[in-house]
Amino acid sequence: MSKAKISVSNLKLWYGNNEALHGIDVEFQAKKVTALIGPSGCGKSTLLRCLNRMNDRIVGCRVDGNVLLDGNDIYAPDVDVVELRTNVGMVFQKPNPFPKSIYENIVYAPQIHGMVDKTGMDELVETSLRKASIWDEVKDKLHEPGTALSGGQQQRLCIARTIAVKPDVILMDEPCSALDPIATAKIEELIDELKSEYTIIMVTHNMQQAARVSDHTAFFYMGDLIEFGNTSDIFTKPQQQQTEDYITGRFG
Amino acid sequence: MMTTADVFTWFISAIASLSIIAFVYARFTAIKIEQQEGRLHSRPNFFGWYAVSRLCVPTLGLAFLYSIFHMAGLINSNLLLFCVSFGAGFIYLFLGLKHLHKDFRARQAVEKVSRRLFFLAALISIFTTLGIVFSVLFEAFRFFTIVPLWDFLTGTSWNPDTAFLIGAGRDEGGAVPEFGSLPIFAGTFMITIIAMLVAVPVGLFAAIYMSEYASHRVRNMLKPTLEILAGIPTVVYGFFAAITISPLVVHAAEAFGLQADFTNALAPGLIMGIMIIPFISSLSDDVIRAVPQPLRDGSLALGTTHAETIKNVVLPAAFPGIVAAFLLAVSRAIGETMIVVMAAGLRPNLTANPLEGVTTVTVKIVEALTGDQEFDSAFTLAAFALGLVLLIITLVLNIGSTIVVRKFTQRYE
Amino acid sequence: MSSPSNLKRRYRADKRFKLYGIAAIAFSLCFLTFFFVDIIGKAIPAFEQAYIQVPVTYNEALKSNYNKAIPKAYRRLVSKAFLRTLPQKLEAHPELLGTTQPEWALANHRVDQFLKQHEGHGLKKKYRSKVEQLYQEDKIEFRFNANFFSRGDSKMAENAGVLAAVMGSVLVLLITILVAVPIGVMTAIYLEEFAPDNKFTQAIEVNINNLAAIPSILYGLLGLAIFINVMGVPRSSALAGGLTLALMTLPVIIISTRAALRSVPQSIRDAAYGLGASNLQVVMHHVLPLAFPGILTGSIIGLAQAMGETAPLLIVGMMAYIPEAPSSILNAATVLPAQVYTWSSESMRAFEERTAAGILVLLVVLLSLNALAVYLRKRFEVRW
Repeated sequence: MSKAKISVSNLKLWYGNNEALHGIDVEFQAKKVTALIGPSGCGKSTLLRCLNRMNDRIVGCRVDGNVLLDGNDIYAPDVDVVELRTNVGMVFQKPNPFPKSIYENIVYAPQIHGMVDKTGMDELVETSLRKASIWDEVKDKLHEPGTALSGGQQQRLCIARTIAVKPDVILMDEPCSALDPIATAKIEELIDELKSEYTIIMVTHNMQQAARVSDHTAFFYMGDLIEFGNTSDIFTKPQQQQTEDYITGRFG
Repeated sequence: MMTTADVFTWFISAIASLSIIAFVYARFTAIKIEQQEGRLHSRPNFFGWYAVSRLCVPTLGLAFLYSIFHMAGLINSNLLLFCVSFGAGFIYLFLGLKHLHKDFRARQAVEKVSRRLFFLAALISIFTTLGIVFSVLFEAFRFFTIVPLWDFLTGTSWNPDTAFLIGAGRDEGGAVPEFGSLPIFAGTFMITIIAMLVAVPVGLFAAIYMSEYASHRVRNMLKPTLEILAGIPTVVYGFFAAITISPLVVHAAEAFGLQADFTNALAPGLIMGIMIIPFISSLSDDVIRAVPQPLRDGSLALGTTHAETIKNVVLPAAFPGIVAAFLLAVSRAIGETMIVVMAAGLRPNLTANPLEGVTTVTVKIVEALTGDQEFDSAFTLAAFALGLVLLIITLVLNIGSTIVVRKFTQRYE
Repeated sequence: MSSPSNLKRRYRADKRFKLYGIAAIAFSLCFLTFFFVDIIGKAIPAFEQAYIQVPVTYNEALKSNYNKAIPKAYRRLVSKAFLRTLPQKLEAHPELLGTTQPEWALANHRVDQFLKQHEGHGLKKKYRSKVEQLYQEDKIEFRFNANFFSRGDSKMAENAGVLAAVMGSVLVLLITILVAVPIGVMTAIYLEEFAPDNKFTQAIEVNINNLAAIPSILYGLLGLAIFINVMGVPRSSALAGGLTLALMTLPVIIISTRAALRSVPQSIRDAAYGLGASNLQVVMHHVLPLAFPGILTGSIIGLAQAMGETAPLLIVGMMAYIPEAPSSILNAATVLPAQVYTWSSESMRAFEERTAAGILVLLVVLLSLNALAVYLRKRFEVRW
């Protein structure tokens, strides 16, 4: 395997007194798509949210262990979460564009981070939207509200918005679960294009989706990482009984 | 000599203009650094705000300290105020300007200050409570050094007129002032009871009708209309009770061969009850609608009528919420001032006859504190003692309603 | 199985129960109608005022005693408010000296009330026929009472208006808004977006709910003891009143702002955090703008409440006799509801209709404010 972009070692997480992750060790490869699968409540979304410290805001949430991004511990005391999140972007389950224009949705983050001056804005908007394969659909209505788009378009707008910050890693938390099959197909196609430039880690409930788009797959169960490996291996010859039971639909 | 208002104006203008200068300076410095050395950790605006916070925090803090000492009468020098507070602000600002370099985390610094600012704002509500408690407690305590607590709580005669003379040092051997508050509380409770006798049945049935019988459209019209009743200022109700309702009550009493005072307890009680109707109806409407539909369906499926379902299933389920609304309404009635000041009497009267004039706690507070005040006379201080009792009663009622809601509300999940 | 007669009885009980509900609603609506009809009926006469045509003689004697300007028979019919302007008028127009001009003068409130046929008008018997005769000759006429809106309080009922009280209300409310809205909004932001979940935060929350239930008159005691006695704010001033009302309005604003902040969906915050916005930026750029309509509505409702409030203002002395609009927030001032209160305790009959008219002005403003709040809520309501 090539060099790890993110490596997680012995990661434990508590919500209050409830231990939700019991010592996870996993490495995510650069410029690959890794799918996190498992039944509801298994900890896959929790792990995902650890990777850009979105869990910080949850009251009573405590983390122990190491998460290294390019060899640097993201939980070290001098780490600025804001900087971290510009490197590790996130796309959420439900499309959540800001109730502003499409243009403003894209330029918001680059503006607050001072990444681009006024003259570069238009160009940034176009490249971001193009990369998210939505430019042709919205180029004539850039100043209309993002919330007026269809669900699939909104999700691609959210991806474009994330790309505009130029992150290395994009986390996707069930990005297609609120979308219809056609919109889902478009997002999957997009993910396939994006992996040439970005490290993508996605949570999904849909095993066909994991099989279709990911290079690696991690199976979680009850807060433990049960199995991790190449997607083709996991789906054809799983090493663990639990993994096999899950992917063959015996539970979950 | 500058007046306080002048000092205030000068101070605010000075700190505002200096803040603008500090902001612009720091922002431009940041932009210059960015051009020379590359991308900054924080945006230039944060550097500006950082400079403003370095200037304002010590300046405003010291000015605040100064005002406390000034109010305590310890210092009185505008020069001192300006020199010390702005001096400290400048020193702190200049020390802070050294931080203006590429990797300085101005954003974190500004966020910390602003979070503290929000926290300070939240503290003001605590200080308001403390202010009310202590202002009432302190003067009430002075009152109880003059009048024994026991006499105040159990005495049946309120006759403070001579206290004012004693306070002014002109006691000419008249009657001893009496501060028995029993008739005042009796009057308060009588008017409250009358009000609740109007508000509870009307409010509750209005709520039942709106939530159980009325169509969505009718309800959406009725609810705001009823709430107009709560939006009418109490001074208006007071005028209406005194000018329109009181004479009506007197005439009606005459028709029955009874004698009624123009300052009878009935008129303010009735009007206060009407004022409280929307209070009861809105809160009850909310709790009745919160009763889950399956509960009603279950009852109706057993063959009960709509009214039986409401009486046997819906109201018992909503009961804690209704009791809480009732307690809050009682506290509102006891604390209500203008209606009783304008329509009830001034003379303390221990009676059970609602056609006679009675007086209330709030009336006596207003009477004692409007016009001449002597803060060493029991007459003025009595207002604070009455205020203390009023505060305790309302707090107990409010906490009681919270407990009722917490302890007895059923969870349906 | 229940017998048919039993069922009939139960259905009758059912009908009766519904009728109680209708009766309760009907009672409230009837009262509301009766109330508005009564107040408007009492207020309407105040918007008309009698004016009387008198021959004014501009002579030297007028300068020292303005009563000498008009014939004796008229002196009890014309308002002093008119007569006392004559010396200045003569000074401004010296050419009038020695002439006699017929002029329309503000009639005395007794004449006004007598012609409006109000009981207790107080016009002496000997003047009545004269007044009636003048009215027949069109030497007395009723005009729109513009003075009511352009004058302050006056001991002469015919000259009393709401202007000083309205200006006082504006000043007081301005202070209330400037103090209560920023502090209230900041408190709500702290509690919703920043506060750690600990005992102290819970204490603040409980405390705010208690504050909302404390009777307004106790805020008056606070204002008197702290603002006036300790901090030395002048008694009766708009500043004392405004600060007192600000503390009283604070819980209303905090509670409604918190509700508005809470209605902004978590997904918007997630989106902004995910893009690397800081805590403060999420609040300032996203949450606050989206909650703004709700905050505005809550502030307007709090403001309307403060505007109708009287009791705490009486305690801080804002029921003084104020004939002129206050020129600064440190000067003695009165507010509209306090003016209503002072007029209502005047014995002159003409003040009763002015009280009702003052109430009408107050109600129109308050109901418009509340309607505005409802409109804004409907207009900007966002469904997520």
